[in-house]
Amino acid sequence: MKKALLLTLIVALFAGVMPTMAQDVFRVAAVAPSATNDLAFSQSMYDALVAIQMQMGEDNFQFDFQDGTFIVDDAAVALREWAASGDYDLVIAHGSQFGSVVEELAGEFPEVSFAWGTDFNTFGMDNVSAYNAAADQGGFINGAMAGMMTRSGVIGVVGPIEVGDAKLYVDGFVAGVGAVSEATVNVVYIQSFSDVPLATEAAETHIANGADVLTGTAQMVVGPIAVAIENGARWFGTQASQAELAQGAGVAFQIYKWDVVLAEIIANIQAGDLGGQSYELTLENGGLVIEIAG
Amino acid sequence: MNQAVGTSLAARLNRLVDFAPVLVALLLALLVSSVLLVALNADPLAAFGFMLEGAVGTENATAETLVKATPILFVGIGITIAFRGGMINIGGEGQMIAGALAGTTIALALGDARVPAEMAKAPGAFDLVIVASALGGGFLAGALYGGLAGFLKAYFGVNEILSTIMLNQIAVQMMNFLLNGLLLDPAVAGFNNIPKTARLVTAAQLPRLALPLGDPWVFARTRLHWGLVIAIALAVVIYIFLWRTSLGYRIRAVGENERAASYAGIHVKRQMMLAMFLAGGFAGLAGVVQVLGLQYRLQTDGSPAGFTAAAGFNGIVAALFGGLNPIGAIPASAFFGGLLVGAQKMQREIGVPASLITAVNGLIVVFVVSSEIFILQRSKRRVSLQETPLAPARASAKRADSPDPADEPTAEEAG
Amino acid sequence: MDLDDIFTASVFASAIRLATPYIFAALGETFAQRSGVLNLGVDGIMLMGAFGGFYAVHLAQTAGVMAEPLALLLGVLVALVVGGLMGLAMAFVSVTLQAKQGISGIGVYLFGLGLSELLFQQWVGTPKSVAGFPRISFPILTDIPILGEIFFHHNLLVYVAFALVPLSAFVLNRTTFGLMIRAVGQNPEAADAMGVSVTRVRYATTIIGGMLAGLAGASLSIALINLFQQNLTAGQGFIAVALVYFGGWRPLAVAAGAMLFSFVNALQLQIKVIGADIPSEFAVMAPYVITIVALVFATKRQEQPTALTKPYERGE
Repeated sequence: MKKALLLTLIVALFAGVMPTMAQDVFRVAAVAPSATNDLAFSQSMYDALVAIQMQMGEDNFQFDFQDGTFIVDDAAVALREWAASGDYDLVIAHGSQFGSVVEELAGEFPEVSFAWGTDFNTFGMDNVSAYNAAADQGGFINGAMAGMMTRSGVIGVVGPIEVGDAKLYVDGFVAGVGAVSEATVNVVYIQSFSDVPLATEAAETHIANGADVLTGTAQMVVGPIAVAIENGARWFGTQASQAELAQGAGVAFQIYKWDVVLAEIIANIQAGDLGGQSYELTLENGGLVIEIAG
Repeated sequence: MNQAVGTSLAARLNRLVDFAPVLVALLLALLVSSVLLVALNADPLAAFGFMLEGAVGTENATAETLVKATPILFVGIGITIAFRGGMINIGGEGQMIAGALAGTTIALALGDARVPAEMAKAPGAFDLVIVASALGGGFLAGALYGGLAGFLKAYFGVNEILSTIMLNQIAVQMMNFLLNGLLLDPAVAGFNNIPKTARLVTAAQLPRLALPLGDPWVFARTRLHWGLVIAIALAVVIYIFLWRTSLGYRIRAVGENERAASYAGIHVKRQMMLAMFLAGGFAGLAGVVQVLGLQYRLQTDGSPAGFTAAAGFNGIVAALFGGLNPIGAIPASAFFGGLLVGAQKMQREIGVPASLITAVNGLIVVFVVSSEIFILQRSKRRVSLQETPLAPARASAKRADSPDPADEPTAEEAG
Repeated sequence: MDLDDIFTASVFASAIRLATPYIFAALGETFAQRSGVLNLGVDGIMLMGAFGGFYAVHLAQTAGVMAEPLALLLGVLVALVVGGLMGLAMAFVSVTLQAKQGISGIGVYLFGLGLSELLFQQWVGTPKSVAGFPRISFPILTDIPILGEIFFHHNLLVYVAFALVPLSAFVLNRTTFGLMIRAVGQNPEAADAMGVSVTRVRYATTIIGGMLAGLAGASLSIALINLFQQNLTAGQGFIAVALVYFGGWRPLAVAAGAMLFSFVNALQLQIKVIGADIPSEFAVMAPYVITIVALVFATKRQEQPTALTKPYERGE
């Protein structure tokens, strides 16, 4: 009798203290290298998590987000803490540079589900999901539009480092231009994701060499966008919508809808499957969307 | 006898009081950050609580603090040597990268040569030859890179601040180039998301460190690794080197007064190069240890800090906080490690942007370094009051003519 | 590909734009160092100036309360004031409190880096552009072939930066104030004995240095790029400090260093744009390598101010 009372009391206490810990709240924690409003890669994941929260409702889905962890070790500390806490149904490492950390943690915490990208590699572990964006698809469409739009016959691209989805996008873009026109595409990789002054001057150099359409990828494109506006050139974007900043210059933006992939991963986890697959955003599955500027 | 004990106790107390200004500085920094936090609608007490918890609150937090401190300590030891030798080395970042590139290349090559493929992932197969070669190679590469700045200064009059700032950028681009080419992980050669090397075989990794203080061992499930032990041991070695060997004496003599050293027959140019060589070597060690002990592969996001975590800069701060004494650099590095790790926790828990923490770190640096004048004035007063042998040798520290660039009291020589 | 495609007028124009923030910041740092204060925090001050200037213009333009030129002038003023205040703080710390200058500068850098980003996140959020200083079209001059494109189609701050070069040289070499600065940096005891206040001169130069660093930041955020983003300067302040050493503490040579560095940078962009097949890494590396190499082969070397980094304390 007394035991039963005690038990009821404890249950009541817990119910009172932790209303959010109810059984079916799906909890996610994520790190991203840049700011949540960088108009680029990091924002694409933040927007996706917000979108999922809208779909599932705040009572059913909550997430913690640590941005600005471009230092891999800072991300590693957060990821380890989240994994060890056991409080999260899914831990996301949003950045190719976090692969080694995920590989180590996933081995150490086999009961925790991890997702990371952009990459295909799940390290052969069944608690790791990898995700990627077929950025070349939207790149091709942007390129085709750009090729039809250019009057000068010169198009400029400002890229960061020649790897990953940046390279995919640029390669797709160049192919898209080539499919519809004879226009020249000049490509510059500035070897940095964040150096705005250098990206700006790279865009100016494109303009000086006759470009009337520009594109680029990474968070430093805010500089080139400003150059496009000032010089009356057209701008094509990728990763997240830059329509607001690119007013007057923006034509189309390839947007990463990570929520398409995340919804699948979450459904699998809820069904007891912690991972082991890799996913890809494509135009076909709705993970890539081309937004036409208004 | 009794009296001697009493005096030494008094001296110790005096030294304790020496830290009072530092504490005041820290409190001031806390105060200003509290104002910022309140402006952000955050509870300062909770924020600092989380910061402390994130730094030392759990076994893992403590381990992460030490992990963060390890490269800072390596760099700090090197910076100590450079500054003692009168060289302002801003090139820690580039030297770390040079060391990491060389060390990783050696570890990968020897790993392939000495470990059969099927053993590559086998646990516990530590290979001293691989690790020692990689560490040595990393040291040497960093040393040559730092030594280059010393050489340019000694023989071409190129200021080392200029050359090391430029060499940092050059090193990053070399890393980008090599990791996306020659050193690129063959497994991802067709499609690589980030420039990176292959993963080191287990035998080439620095083992994780755990202490037999309980069951399971303390730090057993953390990322703490043997790099810390190496760094602390080397701090002691360098202390002895600087203050107990004639070579160390010559380096310091040049730093304290180049002209006087030259008159005394010391080959000034050689000491300059040696100081930069050693400083670079320690930064190089910091770089290679980050790979061997922690990341197990070298990768780059195109920025220096993406790999170095800015340890090349933080090491400067730690070295100066440590009183330009390698032993003092140990607690100074741990302090900064804790600050950086704790700050991340604070961001996670109360959603304060990480940028606040950067600003607060800056404040702490400024306030603490500004507080030194009060310590100095106290020790001067003390000297003028009592000319006892126990009054620390800080007496010799006259601000106006103390050596460039470090112009610090030479208190530790008393000990 | 021939040389005419590489050395175009636009490359020279590009170099002039790129050099502008370096010239502002490096001239300011020259004043400070000439008097004996090494301010390593230039980059942090630039960031604060960039944000301050940007935010003032952004507010003024969204509110629409003042005419366009006035809004820009306000931006410049805010950048100068913010930079000056940070210079004042640096002066207090390194002159009055005699803190080690290398380290306190790093503190100032971190503070500016963090605070500018924090304020940006809180007050602005996502990158937004402002209508910055427009490019000036001069009658006749702008239409001169080649020369017009190189020299006569820039925004006002570019001209201000270049005008400051001879002005700084004049102040340092030909005025009493300049003499006091040099005396204080070379031999503070003697200067003091002659009745020059070492403290006051060093405060003045460090504040001037801060104001110019703030203006350097604003030249990015309201004239050349016209927006703010976290760490907008991407380390330009450190390069500016290096350029002071490159120029041997002489304004003309410092500006020449800034031009050399920027010209190589503009050139590497041009070479990549027209499709030369060299690795991007080496192209990006080029300005840094050439700056060092140029200094190695430069024959005349200036001695650094003797009292640089050394706090001054009056003897009893």
